[in-house]
Amino acid sequence: MTTGRLARWRLVLGALVSHWMRRPLQLAMLLAGLMLATALWSGVQAVNAEARASYATAADRLGTGALPRLEPAGGQALTTADFVALRRAGWQVSPVVEGRLRNGTARVSLLGIEPVTRLGLTPAANDGGDASAGPGPQADLGAFITPPGQGYATAATARALDGADLRGLAIVIDADAPPNTLIVDVGIAQGLLGMGENLTALVAATAQPPGAPPLDRIAPHLTLSDPQAGSAADPAALTDSFHLNLTAFALLSFIVGLFITQSAVGLAFEQRGGVLRTLRALGVPRAEVLALMAAELAVAALVAGAAGIVLGWAMAAALMPGVAATLSGLYGADVAGSLQLRPGWVLSGLGMALAGTALAGARGLIQTARMPLLAAGMAAPWAQATARGLRLQVIAAGVLVLALPLCLAVGGLVGGFAALACGLLAAALVLPAVLDAVLRLAATRARGVLTGWFVADTRQQLGGLSLALMALMLALAANIGVGTMVGSFRSTFTGWLDQRLSAELYVTARTEDEGRAIRDWLATRADAILPIWNAEASLAGQPGRIYGVADDPTYRDNWPLLAAAPGLWDSLAEGRAVLVNEQLSRRAGLDIGDRIDLPGGALPIAGVYSDYGNPSPQVMMGLDDFGHRFPDAPRLYQAVRVAPDRAGALAAGLADRFDLPASAIVDQSQAKRVSLQIFERTFAVTAALNVLTLAVAGIALLTGLLTLASIRLPQLAPVWAAGIPRRRLARLDLLRTLLLAVATGAFAVPVGLGLAWMLLAVVNVEAFGWRLPMDVSVPLLARLGAASVLTALAAGALPALRLARITPGQLLRVFADER
Amino acid sequence: MNDASPALAEIAHARGIHKTYHTPGGEVPVLRGVDLSVRRGESVAITGESGSGKSTLLHLIGGLDAPDDGALSVLGTDLRAADDTARATLRRNGIGMIFQQFNLIPSLDVRANLGFQARLAGRFDAARAETLARDLGLSALLGRYPEQLSGGQQQRVAIGRALAGNPPLVLADEPTGNLDEATGDAVAQLMLALVRQRGSALVLVTHSARLADLCDRRVHLRAGRLA
Ligand SMILES: Nc1ncnc2c1ncn2[C@@H]1O[C@H](COP(=O)(O)OP(=O)(O)OP(=O)(O)O)[C@@H](O)[C@H]1O
Ligand SMILES: [Mg+2]
Repeated sequence: MTTGRLARWRLVLGALVSHWMRRPLQLAMLLAGLMLATALWSGVQAVNAEARASYATAADRLGTGALPRLEPAGGQALTTADFVALRRAGWQVSPVVEGRLRNGTARVSLLGIEPVTRLGLTPAANDGGDASAGPGPQADLGAFITPPGQGYATAATARALDGADLRGLAIVIDADAPPNTLIVDVGIAQGLLGMGENLTALVAATAQPPGAPPLDRIAPHLTLSDPQAGSAADPAALTDSFHLNLTAFALLSFIVGLFITQSAVGLAFEQRGGVLRTLRALGVPRAEVLALMAAELAVAALVAGAAGIVLGWAMAAALMPGVAATLSGLYGADVAGSLQLRPGWVLSGLGMALAGTALAGARGLIQTARMPLLAAGMAAPWAQATARGLRLQVIAAGVLVLALPLCLAVGGLVGGFAALACGLLAAALVLPAVLDAVLRLAATRARGVLTGWFVADTRQQLGGLSLALMALMLALAANIGVGTMVGSFRSTFTGWLDQRLSAELYVTARTEDEGRAIRDWLATRADAILPIWNAEASLAGQPGRIYGVADDPTYRDNWPLLAAAPGLWDSLAEGRAVLVNEQLSRRAGLDIGDRIDLPGGALPIAGVYSDYGNPSPQVMMGLDDFGHRFPDAPRLYQAVRVAPDRAGALAAGLADRFDLPASAIVDQSQAKRVSLQIFERTFAVTAALNVLTLAVAGIALLTGLLTLASIRLPQLAPVWAAGIPRRRLARLDLLRTLLLAVATGAFAVPVGLGLAWMLLAVVNVEAFGWRLPMDVSVPLLARLGAASVLTALAAGALPALRLARITPGQLLRVFADER
Repeated sequence: MNDASPALAEIAHARGIHKTYHTPGGEVPVLRGVDLSVRRGESVAITGESGSGKSTLLHLIGGLDAPDDGALSVLGTDLRAADDTARATLRRNGIGMIFQQFNLIPSLDVRANLGFQARLAGRFDAARAETLARDLGLSALLGRYPEQLSGGQQQRVAIGRALAGNPPLVLADEPTGNLDEATGDAVAQLMLALVRQRGSALVLVTHSARLADLCDRRVHLRAGRLA
């Protein structure tokens, strides 16, 4: 009996699958849609997972994220003496020095740790793997802590530091070291960063010994931060928004993919309705038919899902270096530029493919289950848009639109994205109703029999194509939205760079003496020398940087101010006020007139400037005031004004005279190029996603058209018999596809601009901390309009060609079959 | 499994069958108390005007639809109590159904269609299929697909499919409707041979008096009842 049942299943499955064997193109489209959807989803997930794993490695190995930190409040100093006092009092703490090393355009994080006290903090740090970064138990501790010392880094990091002046430090290659980070002893780090006895922070054991005296008795100027709270400067918290951004796009692409799968699967059920009935009439139980249909879908999902995962992997591998560059350029987070295979990721990719197919197939399965065994005249065909269906969709869209302000009220990045999703879905849902209304209007205007038939026939096809058209609309809207965002970003950013990098040269000296000598040498050769000193400080509770700048027209005329109090440059020069960057202003809610706590006393804020590409808070003050407050800050950096045509020669002379490395002199144009590169890479990821999304939508349209072509011969045959040649019918078919695509594209424009507004005014502010003016680009819209026409042409060509070549026999068949 | 046990003399038994279709346009009463008994080795012809309910009755006997009222048992299965699986089992193993609309599987070729139900029932016999194909004049068409066949050719494939598994009950809905007289006669002889040689039962719906005369018995459906 069981063998009989197995044989029966094989037979039925064979009959079901034979449908696809007779229509290989349709099968290919179904699989391709599912595969691309999975690839988009899992590719982005791979990128996200890799970046997260990098943060986790850093946090686990170094305890930076996981352990509580003690940091000085309000810009006060934390020194080795504080560390010693706390240890004496019984506190389980270990000192940390953090900073950045520059080598040419490369920036490497420097992390100073104290290996002995460090190992005592976490039990986990003692067992093998976790302690393998930095000096392990077998390492030569003496060589690590005794100058010139040893530094632990990956081979890639070591390459980035090639040629840097590290005062004789020996670099030990350690594959387990966090990406782009050099780990050295605390003392060595203080030396390399010129910090004297200062420390960045103390990391503390999660549980302190019960007898330890409270913090405010031993070191009242220190505050204990909760690692779970995730301050805005925590790389994971900062970059979370970037990843949420990516995930949202992946989800959007997956939804577009779902629309395809839904349309392909739905039409497949529709086409096979007769076979399913026959199978049941011949004695296959309903449950078996359903189970075998589901099994067929599951196999398709697994095959397409697996292919999608491979494709997603390739996509992620191609995008990863760009993402790594973005994350370090934009957020200062260090991420490995390569990819690792994670089983969880593979499973989630397959899971998404299965879930997506299940969602797409559910409707078909339910209809099959309910289908009466005897076909009572055709039930309303799946491919026909019913007035009731359209009404329901419009109602659903209305509900979503009502939910939109609620999502915005929730606020935050999640609220912003939820509102985005509501808006997009609502737009997609009303699209068929809008197109139907347009066609109804056209029907009343149509003159001539053929035109009338054309409009009516188009209306009838709307149901079968609506999912594909929705997918196309979403893809176009996403393209418009993201394209507008990138365009706005680019124009704002380049304008800002021009203002911000208004000096011709930026020169960094290696020592203070050299700095003085350079300024003396330049005094007669340059138009102006503008020293820029800076110091790290805690700003409104977050680590940031304070700059001291000279009073000069360079700033007065160019600085990218978002808000300014009257006379701000004068008050800045006189040390009566400061400027803050937009990030600090938004995060801490500080505005003009508010006072901000600074080392050496609070000052009022006289202006806010835009500071794209920097994750941290920043303050600008007058150079004199800065000198009083930070007498120890190294005086190494200056901007140089000179006639642009003389800048190159001056840079060469300067390098020659002081034997400066190439990285010490930054040419304005070169700096702009590097900044723009980082920026372009940021959006290469989303641009790639956009192109793929459009491709996915094109495939959806093709699938819909191909499937419809096989269903709708009975509608074409009578028109052909009445004397319209096949070529004419084919041309009309192509024209129909084009008109629908153009109408869909027109509908996508306001939706896409709405999306852009949401991205710029809501999501961007939450994710990056700054708001950009919206810049609608007509060329972009024209380009996308052309893209939608091309997509329609590509999708419509094959079905039209097939129709033009159809044999009279196939058309006659329609009449013969009317039994 | 429960192939018609040879001891069962009465293969189909219907008493007081009622069937009404419910349509948006109103009720369509079709059968109003049909009584019918078909025995082993017996052939019964049902005649009646178009729209009188012949196909409806055949579908009820074939377990494709359920009567509103009355007693109906086929090959020992009480069709008023049977669930979907039991009905499917009956159709698969006990009944060869020839549909008025053929209902071939369009994506399978003639050979696969011919053997399909016999294979489903686990009773496929290559030699029998071969003979049937020859007798039905389908030998040259085995590699074709239904859409490449004429209406009569399709009808013969449907007949072959129903007979290939030698089912104990054959239900044929106008099996010769699309055939010329000579072919129709040949096909009728094929069905009757099954009845005579294997003791199966045949219920066939037809407008053809010639065909009806070939059967053991003839009943006429009028006003929802058999006479
Ligand atoms: N699924 C259905 N829903 C509603 N009415 C139906 C349905 N099937 C059949 N009918 C109606 O029931 C009546 C009997 O139909 P049936 O197909 O049994 O007739 P028939 O005797 O086989 O006719 P023909 O000789 O033309 O095949 C007809 O009036 C038909 O319109
Ligand atoms: Mg009939």
